[in-house]
Amino acid sequence: MSARVAVVLFPGTNCELDVAYAVERIGGSATIVFHTERDLLGADAVVVPGGFAHGDYLRTGAIARFSPIMEAVAQFASDGGPVVGICNGFQVLTEARLLPGVLQKNSGLRFLCDTVEVEIVTTRSALTSGATVGDVLRLPINHFEGNYTCDAATLERLRTDDRVVARYVDNPNGSLDDIAGICNAAGNVVGLMPHPERAIESILGSDDGIVLLRSLLDAAADRATASPALAR
Amino acid sequence: MRSRVATIARVRYAAHVDVTHLAGVLDPQGATVQRALPALGYDNVSDVSIGKTIRLVVDAPDEHAARAQVEEMCERLLANPVIEAYEITISEPAQV
Repeated sequence: MSARVAVVLFPGTNCELDVAYAVERIGGSATIVFHTERDLLGADAVVVPGGFAHGDYLRTGAIARFSPIMEAVAQFASDGGPVVGICNGFQVLTEARLLPGVLQKNSGLRFLCDTVEVEIVTTRSALTSGATVGDVLRLPINHFEGNYTCDAATLERLRTDDRVVARYVDNPNGSLDDIAGICNAAGNVVGLMPHPERAIESILGSDDGIVLLRSLLDAAADRATASPALAR
Repeated sequence: MRSRVATIARVRYAAHVDVTHLAGVLDPQGATVQRALPALGYDNVSDVSIGKTIRLVVDAPDEHAARAQVEEMCERLLANPVIEAYEITISEPAQV
């Protein structure tokens, strides 16, 4: 049975089809779940995709975090379920306090649309378990608010607890400590600014995102095997 | 006395919330404006910061209650305490 991934859709989300396509292309199954739902329909993993949830009004992710589905996502995360926020999804997860810190405007005050190199820093996260520390991946970025920041104590904790998931090789947005992605203490909740789902076919520039999404599917499959009764 | 629900007089308060960056947090917009001003000849400008103002009207029994509620709104939604500070001003009851 293929791992089942719930892809959360807010008004303004625009990467849900890319994520669903990528997940299915590498052997998973994807279901798009609207933000007004209260149930993840038995999914083994959750992706909060990119876009402009609720128009990014007030702050990116600020309104989205109060959507009914986010309660189910928080519950799923606290049960150890793999949850990945990509780009705007990362912003939503920080606003929901599932991940620490915040993504503020890029230091150059420009919307960035580019392909960048990121180095994998840890393999203890649900998104990087199949990668190797030191791997450099070429992934697209597409954001205005990707400049990660947090207080000094939080940064220290992220470093010592091995929770920095990926760093930019050449920091494009002013992000603190070159951070491109982080995870929670358990490693099951991950936020990443670059878009692995847009890097799954070499003919379109890069297939370096596959190793990340495959890691997520592995985490989903582990969960499905370990606790088949959960959330069903 | 059919109804046991006490009728609490409510007053309409105007609240003004000033959201600013916490000290030490990057303010890329403020920094950019600060770099732009000297180009217009204002070479004596420093400490430019850009925040936001949120105005709302709250019906509450008294000013204390209105402030407490707006403070809660700030903690939960209007500001992100990781990077933002906020200041609330409750003004004299507005004419309804």
